[in-house]
Amino acid sequence: MITETAPPEARTERRHLDEGLVRNLGLVGVLIILVVIGIITRPELYSDPTWVRNNVLVILQQAAAIGVVTVGMTFVIIGGGIDLSVGAIIALSGVWATTLATQSYGAGGMIFTALVVGIAVGVVNGVLISYGKLVPFIATLAMLVSARGLAAQISGKQTQVSANDTINGIATTKLIGVPLLVWILALVVAAGWVLLNRTTFGRRTVAVGGNPEAARLAGINVKRHTLYLYALSGLCCGLGAIMLTSQATSAQAAMANLYELDAIAAAIIGGTLLSGGRGTIVGALFGVLVFSTITNLFAINNLSTEVQNMVKGGIIVAAVLIQQFRYRSLTQLLKR
Amino acid sequence: MSASSFKLDLSRRRVLFGGAAVGAGALLTACTSNDPGTDAQVKTNASGDANAVPGQKVVIGFSAPAADHGWIAAITNNAKAQAAAYSDVELKSVEAGADAAAQRAALATLISQKPTVIVMLPHDGKELNATGLEAMRAGIPVVNLDRAFPSQAAYRLQIKGDNFGMGLAAGDYIGAQLKAKGVSNPIIGEIPGIDSLELTQERSQGFNTALQAYGFKVANRRPAEFTADSGQAAATALLQALPKMDALWNHDDDQGIGVLAAIKQANRSDFFMVGGAGSKSAIDAIVADNSVLKATVTYSPSMASSAISLARLIGQGKGLSDLVELQVPKEITLASETITKENAAQYAKLGF
Repeated sequence: MITETAPPEARTERRHLDEGLVRNLGLVGVLIILVVIGIITRPELYSDPTWVRNNVLVILQQAAAIGVVTVGMTFVIIGGGIDLSVGAIIALSGVWATTLATQSYGAGGMIFTALVVGIAVGVVNGVLISYGKLVPFIATLAMLVSARGLAAQISGKQTQVSANDTINGIATTKLIGVPLLVWILALVVAAGWVLLNRTTFGRRTVAVGGNPEAARLAGINVKRHTLYLYALSGLCCGLGAIMLTSQATSAQAAMANLYELDAIAAAIIGGTLLSGGRGTIVGALFGVLVFSTITNLFAINNLSTEVQNMVKGGIIVAAVLIQQFRYRSLTQLLKR
Repeated sequence: MSASSFKLDLSRRRVLFGGAAVGAGALLTACTSNDPGTDAQVKTNASGDANAVPGQKVVIGFSAPAADHGWIAAITNNAKAQAAAYSDVELKSVEAGADAAAQRAALATLISQKPTVIVMLPHDGKELNATGLEAMRAGIPVVNLDRAFPSQAAYRLQIKGDNFGMGLAAGDYIGAQLKAKGVSNPIIGEIPGIDSLELTQERSQGFNTALQAYGFKVANRRPAEFTADSGQAAATALLQALPKMDALWNHDDDQGIGVLAAIKQANRSDFFMVGGAGSKSAIDAIVADNSVLKATVTYSPSMASSAISLARLIGQGKGLSDLVELQVPKEITLASETITKENAAQYAKLGF
């Protein structure tokens, strides 16, 4: 063990917190800038309060499914892994939950199926990575391909329409004027925050991602914990599949295309370190909201999606550059 | 607390969880059943036509991509069903795999088996051009389905849909409807499929050309990806951008499931919508007349059935009985037809 003049526990804690706060404020700043651009470019839309209120809800609602998936992804990345199969798990869960046989069990059966399929695929990922010692990138890449393959096999490459009014109603239901999908996102984010910051599970996740060997020596069952993380990501995907199926009133093998990239990007610009050991749930949520707001901004201005993708790419690069710069200067500061 | 009681507790828990997992597994396995109930589009000339009489045996080699889209699935189903309807046709279907290279390999095997005719829907016309030439040189006539080869020598017959015509038909319907309503400066939305594809661009060109004739133009255009969830996202964005809209063209009925869901979720009914391709669910919705969907323009996978019938005639050296020529023509482009509530009954059989 390196015995430097370690600063008191409380001080590092505060420094870390401050840094997270600064980053989140930065993302709030980006959101405000995006909204201001919207107001300047389409003043006639923004002058209507009903439209503005509705627009905020639409941005949140379109961020809901990917937001839930990003929470799971953030845990996996903080734990030192990566899950490239989230889009494929959504497709498999969604397709499995909307076969005619599953639909005959009603909404409960469909939700149960989606969640169990999600967890099961996550467990397979976890077993391959923890006990099969596969690199997470390879294991989940293989899962990406095979889960979509299985989804295509089950669905016969057809779009499976959900005839269940309860499932379809999830996307149209509002509680106190706020869509149910947004409530689900809020609950998942809150649960994720508590799990990461207020439980042993969260502490272990950070420890495993920061230094697996040290975590093992400290008595953490690293393999089992890694397995749990992928299962958690799978659970989030199962929930995301229900939300997306409800929004599209259908599921198919090609659904949730490239969600893995959106989720990873949102986690990264939210301040999660790709090498693991650090990350925030609130930051990830802001990352998702930034992307959702950009999509909205480009839509109301009728700008092409090509330019939109370039801007998204630019924001990811900028966020990581800032992150590296700040991390470096912070470590230099600590050394001094 | 003793170690043994802990162990016992754990094992009991394990049994419980294990049992639950097995039960869930059994239930889930039962849940993959889908009972496809194939509604393929088949037509044989039942009248006293000479072409209907079983002739010499024709072996048709068939290859289409394994894409996860309803339209491609319908293409393969139709080809198989149509071949099964003829007593003198044997269909040899090869898996085309995931990309052009895999399809080339599959077709090389097929060519070596010397079928009478080959019907193929290439992954990409340009990339499979050489394979078409190879088959033709080996004396096997090639029927190209929908995605054209650059070389005229690479095919005996090309049968394809009309993407530009599809856009033209959609634009014409929308223009005529709005003109009849007396809307002078209409707000028109468009939801294309994958924007980088040539077929999408042709559809949009056709749409714009038709609208121009009425002096109209597209106000906002949000591309989706031929999937229902991407259609939902694109439509939600479009509806938010256009708080008032008069008409909407959605290029693809499969993604249209999501588009219609988004319209319902946003509680909008201030416009009418035209679909594309002609799926069964779209035709049903047009007949039911309880949504904004009032019409769809066809790009029918029934062309696969026609391709098999024509391949049979080519193999038997027969022509089309209504034409003077003794052989099947070299190129057939299907017209894009507009399905509305009035004529939907005729098309119900063609929906996929």
